[in-house]
Formats: sequence, C-alpha cells, structure tokens
Amino acid sequence: MFRYIVRRVLWGIVMLVIVSMLTFVVFYLLPSADPAQLRAGKGATPARIAEIRSSLGLDKPFYEQYGIYMKKLVLHFDLGYSYHNEVSVKTEIFSRLPVTFSVAIGAFVIWILLGIPVGVISAIKRRSLLDRFTMGASLAAISAPVYWLGLIALFLFSSDIGLIPLFGGSGSYVSFSQDPGGWANSLILPWFVLAAAFAAFYARMVRGNLIEVMSEDYIRTARAKGLSERRVVFRHGLRAALTPVVTMAGLDLGALFGGAVLTETVFNIPGVGRFAYQSIIDSDLPSIQGTVLFGAFFIISANLIVDILYAFLDPRVRY
Amino acid sequence: MASLLEIRDLHVHFKTRDGVVRAVEGARFSVEHGRTLGIVGESGSGKSVTALTVMGLTRFPNATITGSIDFDGTDLVTLPDNQMRSVRGQRIAMIFQDPLSSLHPLYKVGWQIVEAIQTHEDVSKDVARTRAIEALHEVGIPSPEKRIDSYPHELSGGMRQRVMIAMALVLKPDVLIADEPTTALDVTVQAQILDLIRKLKDDYQTAIVMITHDLGVIAEIADEVAVMYAGRMMERASRETLFTKPELPYTWGLMRSIPRLDAPRPGRLDSIAGLPPSLINLPSGCPFHPRCPYVMDVCLKTEPELKESEPDHLVACHLATDERQRIGRELQTRYRS
Repeated sequence: MFRYIVRRVLWGIVMLVIVSMLTFVVFYLLPSADPAQLRAGKGATPARIAEIRSSLGLDKPFYEQYGIYMKKLVLHFDLGYSYHNEVSVKTEIFSRLPVTFSVAIGAFVIWILLGIPVGVISAIKRRSLLDRFTMGASLAAISAPVYWLGLIALFLFSSDIGLIPLFGGSGSYVSFSQDPGGWANSLILPWFVLAAAFAAFYARMVRGNLIEVMSEDYIRTARAKGLSERRVVFRHGLRAALTPVVTMAGLDLGALFGGAVLTETVFNIPGVGRFAYQSIIDSDLPSIQGTVLFGAFFIISANLIVDILYAFLDPRVRY
Repeated sequence: MASLLEIRDLHVHFKTRDGVVRAVEGARFSVEHGRTLGIVGESGSGKSVTALTVMGLTRFPNATITGSIDFDGTDLVTLPDNQMRSVRGQRIAMIFQDPLSSLHPLYKVGWQIVEAIQTHEDVSKDVARTRAIEALHEVGIPSPEKRIDSYPHELSGGMRQRVMIAMALVLKPDVLIADEPTTALDVTVQAQILDLIRKLKDDYQTAIVMITHDLGVIAEIADEVAVMYAGRMMERASRETLFTKPELPYTWGLMRSIPRLDAPRPGRLDSIAGLPPSLINLPSGCPFHPRCPYVMDVCLKTEPELKESEPDHLVACHLATDERQRIGRELQTRYRS
C-alpha cells in the first residue's frame, strides 16, 4: 500500500510537469493576443511594446521561458507574476481558493443530499409515477447548460433583477468571515445551479446501480435470511450500489476545487474559476498556467485519494 | 401423521408483457424431519420457483400463487409478510447454486452469519459471534476463529458453500432447501458438500429439499424423488424405486443421458430430443408430448394426472402401466449389462 502511494505520488508529479508543458505549448501554438501589446495599451509605440516584451521575458524562445518558469516554481514555489497587473499569481490564487471551496463544497453537499435519496427512492419505486417524474426532471437538469440555468435563476430569484427577489444576485459575494449570513445568501443560487446537473446525474447513477445490485444473488440470500426489506435495501443493496458513487463524488469534487468556471463567471463570484476565465481573456500566461496547474493538482490528488479510499470500501481491491 | 412440510396443488404464475408464465402447475410433495426429498428436472422446470415460493420469495406484484404450503400447521401461501419473515431463515433456510455471488462481497463472512443470528434471536454480538465460529467449525472450516474475518473472495468455492451452509444451519432450521448447491463446484468438492449436508441432516434431523438437475446427486442423497417437467410433478417415488423401476418417458430420457463408464461407449451421448417448452405457450395435453418417443393420440389432447401406479409410486403418463413397467425394466437391464 505504501509503495503504491509513493508510486502514485511520483506519477502525479510527472503528470503535473506534462500539464504545465502542454499549457505552454498550447499558449504559443494557438493564436492568442500579444500579452505585451495588451499590457502597453492603445496607441503605444513599438519601442514601448518591445521594452515591455523584454521585461516580461517574452522575447526569449519559449522553451527558455518554460525553463525559467519551472526553475522558479520548483525552487521557490513561485508561480510568477501576472502579465496583466504584476500581481503574484500564487497570492492571487490562494486568496481565491476559499471562495472556490465555498462554491464547490456547498454544491457538493446539495447534490449528494438530493441525488442519492432521489436515486434510492426511484430505484425502490421503479416505474412508479414518482420514478418517471424524477427521472424526467433529472434528464432536463442534466441537459440544461449551467450558464443558461444560472441566468434563469438570476432572473427568477436574485434580489436585484429577480421576479421573486429572494437571494443574493450576481456579484453579491461576501466572505464567510465577514458576514456568514450574507455569504450563504449570496451562494444559494450558485450552489443550486451548480448542483443541479450533478444531482440529476447522481440520482440516475444511484438508481441504475441500485436496481442492478438488487437483482444480485446476495440480495436473494439476504432476503432468504429473513431480513426486513428495509435492511436488505440499505445494508446490503445500498452498500454495494454506493461504492462506485464515492469514487465519482471524489473526482467531481476535486475537479470543482480547480474552479467552477461557468458558475463563478455567471454569478460573478471572485473564485479561481473566474480568475481562470479572466486570465484567458487577458492572454495572461502565468495566471493561466497557475490556474491550470492548481486544477490539475486537485484532480490528481482527488484521483489518488479516491483510489486509496476504494481499497477500504471494497475489500476485493488490493494494491 | 401430518408432514412437516406438505405442498398441495401449488400453482405459481407470473404475469409478464409476453403473457402469463406458468412456472409451477400443481406441484405436490411432502418432506419429514430427517428425510431428503430430491426435486429433479431441467432448467425451467419450475423447481427453483417452487423452492423460492416456499420461502415466500416469489411474492412479486405480478405473481399469482394458489394452492397450499402447509408447514408445521401453518399455511405459508397466505401467511402475512412479517410472519413469513420470521419463518424464513429461522425455520426454513435456503442455500444457492453459486456461493460466490450468493455471499455479499463487501462483508466478512462472520458478519453475514452474525446478522442471520441477530435477525431472529435477541443475543449479543459476542454470543452470536461465538455461535458463528461454532457453526463454521461444524461445517468443517479449518481454524474458524480466523476464517470468520475473511471476505468471501478470500475463500475457495467449497469453503464458500460451507459458509452458506453454516449460515443456513446456525439457527437450526427444520427445513433446508438446497437449490443446486453443488453445481458450481468441482466434482471432488461436490462429494464433500453432499456428505456434509447428509451428516448435518442426520445430526439435526433437518428435512432437506435438494433441487438439482443431476441424477447423480439424487442417487447420492435423496430418500424420495420428485421429477418435475414444465412446472408439473410428473413422477414421484422413493430413490430405489425411481432408479430401478422408473415409469416415466421423461425420467428414462434423463437416465439415458447420463454417461456411463461401465457400459460400452455409445457413438454419441443420448439426450432428450427438443427443448423444454416455453412456460407461456405450453403444448396441449401432456407438456412432454412433443419430445416423447412414446407419444399417442391421447397425449396431445388431455393432460395425464399424477396417479398411483403402485404403492408410493406416482406417475403422470398415458402409457399403460404394464407397458411403462416393461420399458422401465428393459432400460435397466440394458444399462446394467
């Protein structure tokens, strides 16, 4: 087990290096605005632009730029400075992580609390009216794009432009330490909008898994032992049906820690996701690189944690 | 004297989209303490459905169950679900074909046995655990105090089936229903499991219902035999009678299809021609007539009743009794020589 973890961590580091290389290559190969020109502003002289280019190190070949970047990153955990406003990317990301965690964890709690019970009930009451209704609704929720759902939610319920002004609208985010009530109020809409598709997907997955598990031989054995149907479903059926869901949930949460780009943008929440979006607009390579690396780091870590967890959840899995 | 478990005229039908599946049509048999009834038949002959119905495990919304299952004075067909649950597992236990898929893969075997005990008896976890270890010891599992903490996948096929038997017998049920318990096992292990079941039957006077498609298993363990075909009881006799004087063309077919080492090897193995009928569209008359080499006009029209051909030997066949006995004897001499 220990050796397995060490091996996985090493592979994770290799993955991060590959991700950083790809981000660099993609940035230089695909058409993007010239960061120096953006920085210089309208009407700048070519000499001024060249000066900025040289000060940002953009006049060096890109492999050399990559080398400098990696050296700083490895030796000093320095993610560089934004081309756009000279702010340290590390500081910028770290200050935004609590915001992104707030968005991701809140949505996670909602979709788990919603998706799993709905899935279980649908599986038990299979083909009932309730099952058909929830499965139909879940299909709609999966199909609705987040940016569309977000706008609908704002038009319906936000305190500024909503028909029924209930919750904080776009840009109303305040940090938890400042005002817990305002924090929750500002995040309710984004939480539900972000959770909707996940909840729907999880409900369908739990339903499918549970229906499949309930036809297993060991469920028949459990019934033959004289257990109550409730115990058969919850202790025997759900135990087996939820194991793959745990894996899925870990990965999804990990991916969201890297930033919920669409949700944060629609609701104008100052998290890592919106920062990533803004960096792309600004052709701000260090910021893009930083957010991509953080996202990759969370996904790789979630993967590892989930795989380790799986060995505890399913005794047949051994590393 | 009333039997421990007596099934009379049991019918189990399932409504499906394709039509009504007549899985069991008039099953009748009985079994006593310390005796073994073998139910033999091909796949789809209704033997498993009969067993599951006795356990109350076929009470689906689309199922219609009629007839009576008299168990120690109680009719299990009409018994309410909550009372059925206390019979299930405690007084009538069941083991299944594939012990790997029949044990929960994510729980230790000890946990699964303890759960069975605690479902029916108000005992502490420690007491239940001690009893589970005893049960594992009883079914011949070496170092049971260690094995109790194994997961099913860590045990061999034979060991898993022993665990299933331990779990079934730990509450000392009156009846053990074994649905093809040896089919998924190696031949050598099969014999051990049958020995174990026989020994436990003798020790506890458990009544055994052994469901199998294997006449070898029947010959090994059954006292009484019921032959099922298309959901019906077609022949019922003691083991000796069935093997020495079988009177049903279907039973003959089953016997001919057993390869024998003590006879010259035939070019190819005998098998019963055709396939078992669909339980939705049964043939008219005798359900076996499309595959029967002795078919007569009457077989297409009326279904034969299960009638006594000699004391304790029931047969459902239109062939004349002396004719059946003659062919049965010939079959025996042919296979003996």
